Parts: sequence; C-alpha cells; structure tokens
Amino acid sequence: MIFPPELEARFDKMLKAYPEGRQRSAVIPMLMYAQDAIGMVTPELVQEVARRCGVTALQVDEVVGYYTMLHRKPFGRHHIQVCTNISCMLRGGEELLAHASKRLGIGNREATADGQFSLEEVECIGACSWAPALIDNYEFHHSVTPEKLDQLIDSLQKKAQ
Amino acid sequence: MRLYNEPNPLEVKILTRRFGITNSHTLDVYLQNDGFQAFQKALGMKPDQIIDEMKASGLRGRGGAGFPAGMKWSFVPRSSPKPKYIVVNADESEPGTCKDRLLMEYDPIQMIEGMMIAGLAIDSHKAYVYVRGEYRYLIDLLDRVIDELYARGWLGKSIHGSGFDFDVYTHTGAGSYECGEETALLDSLEGKRGVPRLKPPFPAVAGAWASPTLLTNVETFSAVPAIIRDGGAAFAALGTPRNGGTRMFCLSGHIERPGVYELPMGFNLLQMINEVGGGVRGGRKLKAVVPGGSSCPVLKADECDIAMDFDALAKAKSMLGSGGVVILDETTCMVKFAMRIMKFYAHESCGWCIPCREGTAWLKKTLIRFHDGHGTSKDIDLIDDIAKNMLGRTFCALGDAAAMPTISIVEKFRDEFEAYLAKSSTTVRVPELTVV
Amino acid sequence: MTDLVNLNIDGKAVKVPQGMLLIEAAKRAGIEIPQFCYYEGLTLQAACRMCLVEIEKAPKLTEACTTPVAEGMVVHTDSPTVATARKTMLEFLLANHPLDCPVCDKGGECELQDMVFRYGVGESRFTEVKYHVDEKQWSPVVFYDGPRCILCYRCVRVCDEGLGVGALGIINRGVVSEIAPNMGDHLECDECGACIDICPVGALTSGAYRYKTRPWEMEHVGTICTHCSNGCKTTLGVRDGAIVRANNRDRSGINGEFLCVKGRYAFDFVEHEERLRSPLMRKGGELEEVSWAEALATVAKKFAEVKERGGKFGVIGSNHTTNEENYYLHKFVRDGLGGENIDHHRTGDVAGLIDALAGRADALATVGDLYTTKAILVIGSDLAQQHPLLSYQIRANKRHHDAHVYVVTPGPVREDNYSVRSVRGGLEAIGPLADALKAEPGLVVLFGDSVKGDAVRQLVAFGDSLGIPVKYVALVDYSNSRGAADVSQAAGLAYEQILSASDLDVFWVVGANPLKDHALGSQNAFVVVQEMFLTETAKRADVVLPASSAYEKTGTVTNVTGEVQRLKAGPKVMGTKSDLEIFGLIQKEMGLNLGIWKPDNVLDEMRKTTRGRLPVAAPESIRSARDTLFTSGSLGRYSKVLNAVMEGPGLIYGLPVSGKSQ
Ligand SMILES: Cc1cc2nc3c(=O)[nH]c(=O)nc-3n(C[C@H](O)[C@H](O)[C@H](O)COP(=O)(O)O)c2cc1C
Ligand code: SF4
Ligand code: FES
Repeated sequence: MIFPPELEARFDKMLKAYPEGRQRSAVIPMLMYAQDAIGMVTPELVQEVARRCGVTALQVDEVVGYYTMLHRKPFGRHHIQVCTNISCMLRGGEELLAHASKRLGIGNREATADGQFSLEEVECIGACSWAPALIDNYEFHHSVTPEKLDQLIDSLQKKAQ
Repeated sequence: MRLYNEPNPLEVKILTRRFGITNSHTLDVYLQNDGFQAFQKALGMKPDQIIDEMKASGLRGRGGAGFPAGMKWSFVPRSSPKPKYIVVNADESEPGTCKDRLLMEYDPIQMIEGMMIAGLAIDSHKAYVYVRGEYRYLIDLLDRVIDELYARGWLGKSIHGSGFDFDVYTHTGAGSYECGEETALLDSLEGKRGVPRLKPPFPAVAGAWASPTLLTNVETFSAVPAIIRDGGAAFAALGTPRNGGTRMFCLSGHIERPGVYELPMGFNLLQMINEVGGGVRGGRKLKAVVPGGSSCPVLKADECDIAMDFDALAKAKSMLGSGGVVILDETTCMVKFAMRIMKFYAHESCGWCIPCREGTAWLKKTLIRFHDGHGTSKDIDLIDDIAKNMLGRTFCALGDAAAMPTISIVEKFRDEFEAYLAKSSTTVRVPELTVV
Repeated sequence: MTDLVNLNIDGKAVKVPQGMLLIEAAKRAGIEIPQFCYYEGLTLQAACRMCLVEIEKAPKLTEACTTPVAEGMVVHTDSPTVATARKTMLEFLLANHPLDCPVCDKGGECELQDMVFRYGVGESRFTEVKYHVDEKQWSPVVFYDGPRCILCYRCVRVCDEGLGVGALGIINRGVVSEIAPNMGDHLECDECGACIDICPVGALTSGAYRYKTRPWEMEHVGTICTHCSNGCKTTLGVRDGAIVRANNRDRSGINGEFLCVKGRYAFDFVEHEERLRSPLMRKGGELEEVSWAEALATVAKKFAEVKERGGKFGVIGSNHTTNEENYYLHKFVRDGLGGENIDHHRTGDVAGLIDALAGRADALATVGDLYTTKAILVIGSDLAQQHPLLSYQIRANKRHHDAHVYVVTPGPVREDNYSVRSVRGGLEAIGPLADALKAEPGLVVLFGDSVKGDAVRQLVAFGDSLGIPVKYVALVDYSNSRGAADVSQAAGLAYEQILSASDLDVFWVVGANPLKDHALGSQNAFVVVQEMFLTETAKRADVVLPASSAYEKTGTVTNVTGEVQRLKAGPKVMGTKSDLEIFGLIQKEMGLNLGIWKPDNVLDEMRKTTRGRLPVAAPESIRSARDTLFTSGSLGRYSKVLNAVMEGPGLIYGLPVSGKSQ
C-alpha cells in the first residue's frame, strides 16, 4: 500500500523514533494514522503494517482487537463519541447520548445511511470538569447540551452540502 | 473554549502559573517566564544533587499510586550500560481526571523541561510521551512544540552547548484505560496489546525494550522545574509532611464551579467543595465524594472533612489517586453509580487474569440486572462478595480499582440498595438478561 | 553447586536450590499447588491466579508460580484464605464456562474438572447469561471452542516458544478475549497439535480424535513413533484393537511431550482401506489373494530351490523394521541362504562417522546433549522439517540455557531466527566459524546427507582442531535407519548394485519401496515383498506378504542419536504378521534352524553376538529421502491426515518439495 506523501513521511519518522530493531513499536501509531487516512483497518492494512514493522499479521491482529479506537468497520465522516462515564453521567451524558441517537437515527457504534455520522458511547475522555462532553472525530466539545448538540449536527450537515 | 478557570484565591499556582498568559505553550512565552532556568541550574548540579532535591520536595507520583518521585528516580541504575529511557504517562483515563490535558495544552514545555532534568539525573537521552489516542490535538500540539524546541536548540544534540543530548517523541495510544498502568503502557509502547507485565523487574530496572526506564505521570514531570528552580524544601513546605507541594484537583459532578484547581496538598475537602468549587450544585445536599478518580472508595458526606493528601485518605480507607474529585449530591442513585463504574471496568479489563476478567463481567451483569429492577435479596451480598474475591488477587491493580469502589458503595449505601430492591420488587420482574 | 535455601511449607521444612520457584519447591515437598497457566519450561504468566498462597509477612496472597524461594520463607497453602481464593477463582472460571462436560472430549482427563473436584464449590452463584461464541475449525486437525477456553495461554506459548512457529495469538480484550489462529480464520503451521495436547480443558480439540471415545475406554500403549528417525515416544490410545489417538501427556521418553504432526496424527495408515490383509500371489499374471500357508510354502520352496542350485539372492532390508528383525534377516541371508547381497537404503553416513571417530564412542551425541550443550552447529539439514524433535530440543536449549546455535545450510531454516550465526552454503562454509566455536565450552555438530565419505573425515578433523569437546550426530531419515546400519554386517552387493544386477534369481524386499524410483535389473528374478501396502515394489512381486507396522509390533528400534528404545504393540490388524514372524515361518518351512523368532530371544542373542561393525557405504549411495514434516515415505501416502493438511508436502530450505506425501 502507498499512502499520501505526508503520511509516508510521518511513517518514516515514526520508524526512526524507536531504537534499532524495535520497529514493532510503530504498530499502534501506524495503525491509528493509517486508519484516519483510509477510514478503517482493512485486512490489507494489517498486512502492510505487519510488513513495515517486521511483525506477523497475527501480531497486528492481536493489537487491532485490543484497542477500542481501532475499528474494522467504517465509521461516519463525523464520528460522534459521547462520554457517559461518571462525571458526564452526573451532568446529563446519558441524555445527550440518547438525544444524539434519536436525532441521527442510529444506535451505538452505528453509522447513518449517508455515511455522514456515526455514534459511539465512550468511556471517560478526560473532560470531566467540562461535562458532559463529546468528541467529533478528534475535536472536543464541552458542556454540551442537547441544543448545542443539535447546532453542532446542523452545522456539520451544512458544511457537508 | 478555554479550559482553565479563573484563578481562585485559595489556589497556589506553581504548575499552572503560566496558564492564562497568551500563547503560554510557545517557547518564546515560556522563555520570558522563567523557562529553562531550572534546566540551566540542573546542568550545574550532580545527578545525586538533583535526586536529593527531588527527595526533599516530598513530591509523590501524581499518576495515582503516590510513590515518592525522588525515590523512583534513585532506583534507575545510572551506571547500567543499557540506554535509559524516560516515558511520560499521558494516558490520562481515570474517570474524573482531566488535569494532564491542561498541563500539556497550556504548558507543555514545562513538562519537557522536567523530563530533561530527569534525563540529567538518570543519564537518559531519549524520552517518549505516551498520549492517549483521544488526545490527538495534544499530540499535534506537542509535535509542533517539539519541532520548535529542536529548531531552536532546546532538544537534540548537545543542548545549547551543554554536551547533553536529549530527544523527545510522542507516541499515541489507541483506546485503552489499562494502558495507563505502567507496564501495560510499556507493552503498548512496544507495539503490543496493553497487558501488564510481571513485576519484578520494575520499569526502573527493565522497562521499555528491557532497558531501565523512568515512567512518570505528566503532572509529576511538570512539577520538576519548580522544584529545581526554587528548591525541594520550598516545594515541600507548600504541602503536608510526606506530601509535598501542590496538586491539580479536578472538580466535577454535582458542583457549582467544576474545574481544575491547583491547591496545596492536604487541602480540606469540604473547603474545596464549598469555597473553591462554589458548593454543591443547586444548593443541594452532599451525598458522597469520589476523592481521586473512580478507582477510589467513595467517601460519604460525613467523611468529607478530611485533608486531601495521600496519607490522610489512606487512613480513611480511600485514596488520593489521580486527583479526580467527583461530587455526588443527594439525588444521585448509588445503584446506578455502582453500575456505571462497573460497566467501565468490565469494558477496560484487559482479560489477562481470571478474577478481573470474569469478576468485572459478572459484577456488571449483576449490577445491570439489579439496576433494571430484577434484583434479588441475595444480590447485595453477592456483589459485595464477588468484589471482595477479586480484591488483592488480580494480576494488576485494575482488578482492585474495580473492586474497591464497589465494596465501598455496597457497604456504605447498603440501605439504599435494600430500598431499591424493595421498590423494584413491587413491579413485575421479568429479568432482562445481559449478554456479554 | 547452587546454594540451597531453607523454607517452610505447611509446616514441612524444605531445602531447595536458590532461585527455584515456590510452586516447584512445593512439588518437591509433595505439596500440590493448583495451577493452569504455569507450565514448566514455558514463560511465566501469573494469569490464572490459581496458585495464590499465603506467605507470612506478605501483605496479600502471592502467586507461587512466579515467586522464587527465599531463606526463611514460611508458606501456607492450606489456610482458609488460600482455600477461599482457590474456590472463588474456580467459581470465576466456571462463570462463563459452558459446563458441557458430558459431550466434551476432555471429560475425564480435564484439569478444570479435576481442580473443581478438588478445590471448588458444589454450587454456582452465577445466574447471568453466559457469553457464547460458536466453535471454529482452524485446520483439519485443530478445532477451537472459545467458551471452554480459560485463557491460560499455554497453547500460545507452546507454539511460539516450543515450536518456534507463533501461529496462535490473543484477540479482543476482557471477557471476550479469545485465542486466534495466524491466518485470520485458519491456521498455517506445523499442525503438530501441541496446542491441543497442552490445553488443560477441551477448548482445543483434535480433528482426528474428537467425539470418538471417552478417555477411560482406551488402553494407553507407550511405543515409539514409526515415522522419522528422532524416536519420539508416543502413547497410543487403543480401543477395540484400533488406534484412536496418539499423544505423550505423561512426558515420558526422550521427547517429553513433544510430538510432530506425524507422531500425533499419522497413525491412521494403520487402518487405511488399502492396507494389505492377505498374502498375494501372482497367478496368471495377476496378484491374487491366497492363504498364508500357500504363500509361505511357495516362498520357502523357491528359496530352498534357488539355494540348492547355488542361485543368486538380492535382499533389500528396511529402515522401519525392528533391530531384531533386521538382525534375523541378516542372519537368514547369511546363514540360511548362504548369501551376502543384502543392504538397505542409506540416508546418512552413520558408518562413515563411526569410522572417522575410530572408536571414540563418547563423541556420539544423544538427544539429551542437544538440550544441554552450550553450542550447536547444524550443517545441511532443515531440522524443523526433517528432524522436528532435534529442532525442538535445540530451541529449548536456546530458551533455557541461551545455547549458541550456528547454522550452515544451503537455504533458510527456522534455526536462523535465533542462531548466533547463519551461513548459507555447504561444509566448505564452516571455516570462518572456527574462531567463534573455539570459544565455546562444548559443541554438538549435526550433519545431513551432504556430508558423507571423505567429507565426514574432514568434518571430524575440523572438530578436533577446535580444541573443545565435540560430539556428532549423523542425521538419518527413518524410524530405524540407525538400527538397520548397526546390525548390517554384509559384505556383498550394495543397494544400487542389487537393484541393477541382471542375474538375481530371487529379489527379496522387506519393508522398502526401492522400485519407486529405480528399475529392477533382474527381469526374471522371483520377487518376494513384505509390505503393508501395494507399493510400486509390491506390485512387481510374485508373492506379497502382508506385514504389520511398527505400531503392531514389539521389539526395539534405534533412533538417529543411537538410543535404543522398545516398541510395544498397540492395535491389531487382522491378516498381517510381523516381519520377524514371517522370517521365522519361512525358515521353518525351509527346515532351517535359525533360532526362536520371538523379539526377546533375538535381542538376547544380538546382545551376545553383535559387535557393531558397520560397513562403510559408497558416498554416492547415501542420500536423504527429503521427507518433510508432512511426508513420510510410503507411510505418508497412506495417512489421510497428512494429505489433508494444506501445509503438505512441506518445504525444505523454504522450497517446495514435489508432490504430495512421497
Ligand atoms: C489500571 C491503571 C490505570 C492507570 N492509569 C494511569 C493513567 O492514566 N495515568 C497515569 O499517570 N497513571 C496511571 N496509572 C498509574 C501508573 O501505573 C503509574 O503508577 C504512574 O504512571 C506512575 O507515575 P507517577 O509516579 O508519576 O504517579 C494507572 C494504574 C493502573 C493500575
Ligand atoms: S487485573 Fe488482570 S485482567 Fe484486569 S487489567 Fe489487570 S491483568 Fe488485566
Ligand atoms: S499458575 Fe500461578 S497464576 Fe497461573
């Protein structure tokens, strides 16, 4: 597989970041950045990462199965991750998740038919003092209310058009 | 949105002193505000002097366990022929904790300077910052900051002619609480599943790639420049005996002014809630407090007149943990609270050892069933017993982290569980079974 | 001498070497500490938490499987706390376990069952829905039932550390963690089944054995594997005269519990439908079934007649038959027929080595030496394919003693993965290794069929020049090649010459298939073949005598490193006779008196008479059969399992070996 030049450059740098002979260390970062580029972890990506890091495909599969941010199914272009862990729960995280689910018409770990949105209930995202919080792809939104969530979705939908 | 709060008069701003200055994360601003003074000073010190200063500071690890930092530094065999590594634990994922994020967002160079000083002390020249995957924006920010530090000679070969080389790299996690556990983090850093390692050997002796490794939390490293600049004793004096300095407390939950506040160690919890946090939200009554992240046994309202340091909380059979202070008001349903906590631990158990893997899953199912109104009179004792059967018998501390709050909730709020059961038994009970 | 440490376990004073793990120390004192994930020789996991014990002054229970003994340690394995910990750990384990023991292959020999019986509780408090996933088939011989799996990681480790294959891993996390095969939905590996054998429960089951029997319905017969020359002990599970499985769970024998795919599964040729169960005689150009009496009488008459008129016999012996049979055959030819043209296919230059060593018997290495000697040099063999046990031993030596492995082969081999030096080439490439080897405290050299004749002498001279103790193994192929060489005393025509001769009157082949790749020179010879199947050679016979296989015999065989081991008869195949019995009956019919044809009597006689004088063979006649893990001469052709696994016919030096099982 060949990736966009910036990503290739990142991978080159990444492989050099670890001590000689320890290139296996790049497995997780490489999967994460490649997944961002191609949308999900495909079997070809597993093979490719295995080849580049000098490990077996099984060793990469072991990792993919372990980490929750690595996924083998495509998410929506906007992956909305709503935290419902304690601090968020105490301030309406669950209601927010329910609202998002209703508004988007999808359940946990599902994507809208147009591939625009997907939804996930996530564990504590380190936004406890600004709860309830959610992440849109990698962007944090704090002290979110159902109204603010609607506005966010509206603006994202508008941007897509 | 700016994450740091308006300074509170009770705060003692040591680690957060640059918060609020525009572009506080940039090198120029850092240099204008005492940046790298401590490193320059450390260049003139012997490694043992640095470590002695650390010991004198009474700084205890801010990741959760509260291990004395100076002691940890002294365990790294300086003279080992192997390369020595520094690893920053920026996996911050203990529920209730959101402080490392601020330290990296608003003063990343302070942390890096702390790492560099540690490098001088233990003869290490390579450092990795392991950042949880969800904090990608911080990784990007750190990468930019690191690039600038290289460009201006603050990282790389012979930093500003000192003869001291130091490299820093970021490394992303990919969604796993267990990777905050130090040895699981190391396995993850090495490209493997985040499963903890057998100890001994401890990371100080055989850590990253089997080399001696100093692995420490973001906040711990961020405290280092102040300690070296102003002296360990000055830092120690801010806190209580054996609990030096200030720490970042993350107030969240049912509180008027949630936020991250830097307060001296030993700060009274009630005062923290009422005077720093503005009191319980809506003037309601306090019910309980999680004092240091969800792994810690909860304190009932009447136990909250307590000094927030490692020793006082240990005496109260809880823990200071990671500084995540979660306030629960009288409306909180403790059954639901216990259930949500266990959903988390079951989700995060790595699955390596039996009691944690099976215990968290079993507790989760039982608590969900109980919560959904299908509990039986045996369940309360059963929940307590399952948790106690995990406690102290798992491979790593995650099992304990799941068991401890559960035991404390069931024991301290048993009447609430009983009332909940009585209420649910009036409805028709068709158990909804939970798969997985 | 390592220092001894004194400790106290359950009130017993125990003295054991420093560094020993507590769990082992307890075992020595006769105290059982339950365990699942701990497995002697494999890396420590401390995952199952079954072995928690109370150590005085320790703040909490400690795992005995990773804790080394210490002077003055006081340990309790029988306290109420420990008992509770065990009980609840088993309760946790059973929470998601399907408890389908009545239909589980492992029922009756399951470590989980035994543990629950001994340390568990009678009742379950778990009333939630169990997590379920369907069973999966990973290869013709490996099935995985996730819910039964207790995640002790033994399979993962034995495959990675023991076999050096690493075909198993762990996917998902938490309670839904599972073991997974290397190719996503299936396995590509050695198919050795070690994972199945080492599984304490019925999570991994064998395609060849599953649902066939209950373990207590079998008779367990310890014998020696009949395939390659390594001589692994295999324990046959025999029911109603048929083999249902082979393993070596009691870890007896030179191989411990190691077995390769052939040892574990390729016993199925025994029951193959093409197995000869009646003598055949050529009548009107076709081979027809006849009675034993008719066949034996015909052969005896022919032999007597040819002997009478001073005719010429050419005899090809076997690399598979027992030492007693080989000895009796030689005696038959020499004393009974007055002939001397007897030889067998030579697969390695054992005779050349013994000749070059000129009587230095202590320079012949045993399988044990491969585990204990600090340095190993492999020349011209793909051990993992051709000598799986030797390869396994060397890996264990590397793991446990950090042995230095040197490799000189024409192509890549598994040993490259952990060798200190790997050189591509033949014997000529060893020179540059001399300096490194001189620094080793001791060395074992294993060499394949490319080193023969003069080259063996050069190799021994090289070894002598190192100035360190050096031992050798001349690698040979079949289950009794070494034994066949040892009893051989003939001085007549050699193998190739017998086949090429045009004037043989009788051509007698015992347990070999020379005509597969060689034409018979003597067109008019009377051909007698003792065989299990209608091979190319048997098809050419005038009389075919159906022989029993090594699994159906008693007697002794000698493995590649010269270790003599006893066979024990397991199954019975009606209509066949052992080769020894066939010899005995023919000579009786001829009116000769070559002695009682019972293995024990023959062995006694051999002990008294055999001198171990090996005739050196012409180098050009020495060649390996190049069998891989998945081929086994003629036997391999009749093993359905070997032909069913997709890895067959295997690779040597990373290159495919032609055809299915040869
Ligand atoms: C399950 C588990 C999760 C943990 N998560 C974190 C974490 O997210 N961040 C952290 O700094 N320490 C975490 N720790 C503590 C680390 O193991 C380790 O003690 C700490 O990083 C050491 O740094 P310190 O000495 O600065 O506290 C965790 C421990 C356990 C058992
Ligand atoms: S306690 Fe056991 S299963 Fe849980 S996270 Fe630690 S090692 Fe993994
Ligand atoms: S045998 Fe010790 S934890 Fe499994």
